[in-house]
Amino acid sequence: MDFRSSYFYSVFWKSFRRNRFALAGGVVVAVLFAVSLLAPIITPRDPAAINAYQVLLPPSASHWMGTDELGRDVFSRVIFGTRISLYVGFVAVGIAMAIGTLVGLVSGFYGGWFDSILMRFVDIMLCFPTFFLILAMIALLEPSIWIIMLVIGVTSWMGVARLVRAEVLSIKERDYIMAARSIGASDIRIIFRHILPNAAAPMLVAATLGVGGAILTESALSFLGIGVQPPTPSWGNILTSGKDYLEFAWWLSLFPGLAILVTVLAYNLLGEGIRDALDPRLHR
Amino acid sequence: MITYLAKRILMLIPLLFGITLITFAVIHLAPGEPVDMQISMSPKVSAEARQRIREFYGLDKPLHVQYVQWLGRMARLDFGRSFAPDNRPVTDKIAERIPITLSLNIVALILEFGLALPIGILAAVRRDTLLDKGITVFVFVGFAVPTFWLALLLMYFFGVKLGWLPISGIHSLGSDRLGPAAWFLDMMKHLVLPIGVMTFGSLAGLSRYMRSSMLEVIRQDYITTARAKGLPERTVILRHALRNALLPVITFLGFSLPGLIGGSVIFETIFAIPGMGQLFYQGVMMRDYPLIMGILVIGAFLTLIGNLLADICYSIADPRIRHGRT
Repeated sequence: MDFRSSYFYSVFWKSFRRNRFALAGGVVVAVLFAVSLLAPIITPRDPAAINAYQVLLPPSASHWMGTDELGRDVFSRVIFGTRISLYVGFVAVGIAMAIGTLVGLVSGFYGGWFDSILMRFVDIMLCFPTFFLILAMIALLEPSIWIIMLVIGVTSWMGVARLVRAEVLSIKERDYIMAARSIGASDIRIIFRHILPNAAAPMLVAATLGVGGAILTESALSFLGIGVQPPTPSWGNILTSGKDYLEFAWWLSLFPGLAILVTVLAYNLLGEGIRDALDPRLHR
Repeated sequence: MITYLAKRILMLIPLLFGITLITFAVIHLAPGEPVDMQISMSPKVSAEARQRIREFYGLDKPLHVQYVQWLGRMARLDFGRSFAPDNRPVTDKIAERIPITLSLNIVALILEFGLALPIGILAAVRRDTLLDKGITVFVFVGFAVPTFWLALLLMYFFGVKLGWLPISGIHSLGSDRLGPAAWFLDMMKHLVLPIGVMTFGSLAGLSRYMRSSMLEVIRQDYITTARAKGLPERTVILRHALRNALLPVITFLGFSLPGLIGGSVIFETIFAIPGMGQLFYQGVMMRDYPLIMGILVIGAFLTLIGNLLADICYSIADPRIRHGRT
């Protein structure tokens, strides 16, 4: 399917619209974007404002999600955490997509020993327990939000590379590629004008599902104290306080985790919905 | 079969080589030198002593020489000495931690299979019923739940609120004075939550996979044939369909290993379980280079072995793989 034709969109939308879960996921993702853009307007308080008189207060009308060990408003911190999560999710997936697409295109298009070497490299990367590799890289490079995005991207491109390679292998045998070749189109032109657009649909699915995964990884890293560093609020590092004050303040643990759950769920539903709508075999 | 095995094992060699190369590269890409941390702990170290330490660890030599030397030592299972104050050989430190991590993962894996296979089969057989939809919802939530958060909630509920289960470590204080039965029971109580959360963490993926694999098989002609023969549905599903549907699950198992081993960092840190994941986390926090390199290599090696085992199982189960092209 070619995503450049309007027919494609009408078929896609017809099928996507019927999937209530996917629609719900899409709506939640849209809301999350709005929330992260409007964070300074929505939040009742400064997420960094410390108040020594209001430490560890349970949820109430003035603090919807309670306060943390420094008296900061948890609701405001969770809202600002949305920004960090979406940001990390997008950039990390962008990096993974860029590397994976490049490797997959080159590997699939040129084949031969180039392909063998790149694919063995993918095999090797897949052997490492991902979380170990991520931890090692971050710890050696000093944790910061940039490093986290980079490291998550650099350790999660392998699936994309395999996917793109498989797509390229099947697309490059088609007649329109032969036609393009016969009129003298260059490799670069064939790859970017003819192959890549036709492989875009499954890549979009992989990217959408990847955002959820990247957000989960970021939150786990921040939870362990080697992700987003305080005082910048992230869902993961609020949960760190949640663990420290587990016996006194359940609200510190409950709300940021719910935020992660809802966000990742929304991305996965959206991604699966897009996949189902794109896959004609599933149309019943 | 022998040729297949030999081929498969020969293929491991370049992979192993690549693993060590990447590990080495990751460590040496980092700015600063491995000894900086050790030296910075004691500011009195002079330039001359610094040089001595660098020579001791071979850091004064060019990178490729360092790599070859490291490879040579590793071939003898010598990963060097930990930078931690105890300064023990990394091999010993890892060896005493591996059994805990492996046994927890294996128990969780068995539970996961015991639960996920029936769930997946049920969802496939009762496709599009309320039950299937319920399972689908469960699977989606399971995919999206951050396991460390689930761990926190369960710790709060069962540990703090109800007080039924301990929330950290694998033994109570003074448990060494208990009799063997009581000691075991005490350990089990400590392990209920970690193993439960670990199992749940990978349950969703596997049951979803089982469901689609089963759906794929049920569509095949031989299932229609079996039904047409008048076999009871139970026999058709459990004898004819299940065997074939299980094949891809073996591969899935191989693929999920790196995630399982990697996930141990999170579980072991939360529940204070003295396993390899916790050791790695501590090593990372202290920049204990020999330890980090050792665990990276061993973790990847375990994955390789796991994949090899999965491939062997697959080839036993499916003769097409053994005799065909690999």
